[in-house]
Amino acid sequence: MITLRNVSKQFPGSGGYAVRDFSLEIAEGETVVLVGPSGSGKTTILRMINRLIEPTSGTIEVDGVDVMSIEPVELRRRMGYVIQSIGLMPHRTVAQNIGMVCELVGWPAERIRARVAELAAMLELDPELLERYPSELSGGQRQRVGVARALGVDPPVMLMDEPFGAVDPIVRARLQDQLLNLQSQIRKTIVLVTHDIDEAMKLGDRIAIINRGGVLEQYASPEEILRAPASPFVGDFIGAERGLKRLALMAVKSVDTEAGPLVNPEAEVPAALEVMRSHGTDWVAVVDAGHLLGWVDAKGLSRHATVGEAEPRPFSAVVSPTSSLREALDAIVINKTHVAAVVDDGRYCGLLTLERVAQELTAAS
Amino acid sequence: MTPPDVLVDWSWLGTHTSEIGHLAIQHVQLTVIAVVIGLAISLPVGIAAYRHHRIYGPLSGFAGLLYTIPSLALFALLVPYTGLSTTTAEIGLVSYTLLILIRNIVSGLEGVPSDVREAARGMGYSDRQLLWRVEIPLALPVIIAGVRIATVTTIGLVTVTALIGQGGLGALILQGYRQDFPTPAYAGAVLSVVLAVLSDVVLLTIQRLLTPWAKPAEVRQSVETVVPAAMAGA
Repeated sequence: MITLRNVSKQFPGSGGYAVRDFSLEIAEGETVVLVGPSGSGKTTILRMINRLIEPTSGTIEVDGVDVMSIEPVELRRRMGYVIQSIGLMPHRTVAQNIGMVCELVGWPAERIRARVAELAAMLELDPELLERYPSELSGGQRQRVGVARALGVDPPVMLMDEPFGAVDPIVRARLQDQLLNLQSQIRKTIVLVTHDIDEAMKLGDRIAIINRGGVLEQYASPEEILRAPASPFVGDFIGAERGLKRLALMAVKSVDTEAGPLVNPEAEVPAALEVMRSHGTDWVAVVDAGHLLGWVDAKGLSRHATVGEAEPRPFSAVVSPTSSLREALDAIVINKTHVAAVVDDGRYCGLLTLERVAQELTAAS
Repeated sequence: MTPPDVLVDWSWLGTHTSEIGHLAIQHVQLTVIAVVIGLAISLPVGIAAYRHHRIYGPLSGFAGLLYTIPSLALFALLVPYTGLSTTTAEIGLVSYTLLILIRNIVSGLEGVPSDVREAARGMGYSDRQLLWRVEIPLALPVIIAGVRIATVTTIGLVTVTALIGQGGLGALILQGYRQDFPTPAYAGAVLSVVLAVLSDVVLLTIQRLLTPWAKPAEVRQSVETVVPAAMAGA
């Protein structure tokens, strides 16, 4: 856990504060994104955690220990550090770069080699690249080497300063996904700095929105920041389409789906018609022992004895419980229907109606 | 010296090969000692100047002043104190390497990309580890480029040390003048140029081997720019 308590920083020669009375608690295994415009002191805050910059006042604790009582070199070796420009050593091969911190703390060569191979696999770096020099890599590859290097000795904390700022948007999105995926396996305490609010929303468990002069405006989950911005500054900073952004953050499983008009294939047609009438629809979903077969309407049921004989048609809009509400809305709109079936690996979970999504939308704005 | 009847007396060269060889070896020795001592002084001084930029101005001013003193005048100034000795020769030769070496060491260290330095510090490199494992290796191409220029310059200057009786290929040139017989003078001049070119190629090869990561284009310094320096010295 990392705790910043009333931390301020004034650089000598500059009148104002770079960071002012800044307090923040970062839980273990959590990804916290520091986001703000330039001049908000977000990078200064990050660099105070590993003492590349020392605070003018206030305390920073890592696992209850004041960082000022730890040797800077020791402290830094316990924290992975990734910067925008990466700073790979041009005179060392990719493998040597990844193994740098391991070498620094005196691991035997064999252990370093094994660890480098493991990290390369984890970050999907071709083993062939390991013997090359950084100048021979693409931007995205270099960035992954930078992350692999920071993970070298498996530090519990990762500090990342605009880690994906230097790559093009497509590569950036891929690296972000990779980081999310990686983080779900390794559960590091990550403190990440960015100026990109969308990146913050995508990566952060919690986001600290920082105003100029290092003033904390709001510290909350992305969903909460979108639902209830704490100040006009936050509202401006998160920008337009707040409602849609919030839908993008909410999983289908987080809202109550309706069971909907439901029958099994053995149901007699009159019973099915009765289900339609009670739900006010002209169709029913057909579910067989938990599996969604499709739907049939009243017209389709005529001249049949049971629902199963009528050959149910598949739903055009199908989403999974882990899809976002935004994806669900998209599926509903694109398929010109007003309902999406929620299916988890073949199992029927319920129906999500356009009205239900709209309710969330109004709650968001 | 009157114009020669023949340009080169080949038979004289044939009978004096061992003497010429001996002088060439002396020449190399004087050069190597000067460059090694120059480097031993310049490295700590250059590192200090890089770390504390305030001392760099005065330091390079002083080294620059040494560099401007004509070699003959410097030797003449030293002779009353250190005599017609190797010490006198080396003091002069070393002084001339300092400006080149210190400047290249400082600019080599300053050329280390700041992101590389920051990343290394952020990973937990101590100042010393940063210097020896990151900054010096990365400055090496520029430092060796300095050593190459210093070496070639010194080879040229060593010819002058013959005037204070320290041998080297300059002795041949001197002999040619004194005896009004051009062959030894030509031999001395040509050989010192050959030495300069050879040592430059050797140092360039060493640099390529030590810094396989560096792109040749960034550190290449062609032989053509080096030869005139040797000629000027001779």
